[in-house]
Amino acid sequence: MQTSETEQILLHHFDDHTQQHESAMLGMWAFLATEVMFFGGLITAYVIYRHGNFHAFALASRHLNVPLGFVNTIVLLTSSLTMAMAVRESQLGRIRGIVIYLVATALLGTAFLGIKAVEWTADYHEHLIPGINFDWSLAQSGRHSPGGGEPSTIHTAPEEAETAPNYPSDMPEVSPTSVPEARRAEMFFVLYFFMTGLHAIHLIIGVVLVGLMAYLAQRRWLSGAGQTQIEVTGLYWHFIDIVWIFLYPLLYLIEVRS
Amino acid sequence: MSQHIASVRSNLVVFALLMVLLVATVAGAYMPLGRFHLAVAMTIALAKALLVLLYFMHVRYSTRVTWAFSAAAFVWLAIMVSLTLSDYLTRGTLLIEGK
Repeated sequence: MQTSETEQILLHHFDDHTQQHESAMLGMWAFLATEVMFFGGLITAYVIYRHGNFHAFALASRHLNVPLGFVNTIVLLTSSLTMAMAVRESQLGRIRGIVIYLVATALLGTAFLGIKAVEWTADYHEHLIPGINFDWSLAQSGRHSPGGGEPSTIHTAPEEAETAPNYPSDMPEVSPTSVPEARRAEMFFVLYFFMTGLHAIHLIIGVVLVGLMAYLAQRRWLSGAGQTQIEVTGLYWHFIDIVWIFLYPLLYLIEVRS
Repeated sequence: MSQHIASVRSNLVVFALLMVLLVATVAGAYMPLGRFHLAVAMTIALAKALLVLLYFMHVRYSTRVTWAFSAAAFVWLAIMVSLTLSDYLTRGTLLIEGK
């Protein structure tokens, strides 16, 4: 139960605090449903292109840094934990706890963006950015194969692509077979940068929101302990986390076994 | 206020499960699963998403109408992907030129 000091102001058009809180949650969920569709368009595009260009997608995906992606997933999942804790503290009306957990969440979110920036920089140096410097042959030759020495160009020939293991040859293709593999791989990186880029934009907004909430809670600006505002921010943050939960296996973990 | 307050213990258990599932995702990607890689990865991702949805986002303790809104978002996505794939996955199956 809330003490009167941390009870939120009841707006006149609501019957009670429960209704006010539930309305805010419902409104946020209506927004998140549109966000699911926002990312859903990209995910559908990804599904179609991956279906038609599986081999090139698997090869292109090997240029991504799986360990860094793994660490980033841990960072983001941990930030969801601290966000959930911040929501709990706000429900209990403990300002100090709110601020500590929100700052931790914002820091973890920033760490995620930092690691992402390192990955994108590496992609740039590997000539993997479509529209800027994409060069599949340079990217392939610059890549260090696990065996060392010889670059792993074994699978780059298009005719071998059709006979590669795990590639159903009877599958009708989106792109005609005449499309060079470099173009197919480029499509993977177009989708990769749009999906991770859109995710990063959301995360930047999330970090700003969480930081703002921490500041406002510290200043006692929010009504009560800001439980509704912080929980709505939490919903947004967890949503970003869910998007990444799907992006990590879709982008980083296509046929990692060689 | 009758809103549900998640215990520290429940938050930590959910977090631990998420970590276990994350390790399972990566382990699954390196295991010889043949053509089931995507199915395994997506099943695990779905389980992780459900944990976050139900516990971190408190959907489990929310009103029915919130349940409906959150489920609708993913049902629409499922409709979009499945109807699109019903086209792409069945192209060429009729063995008729141009169909």
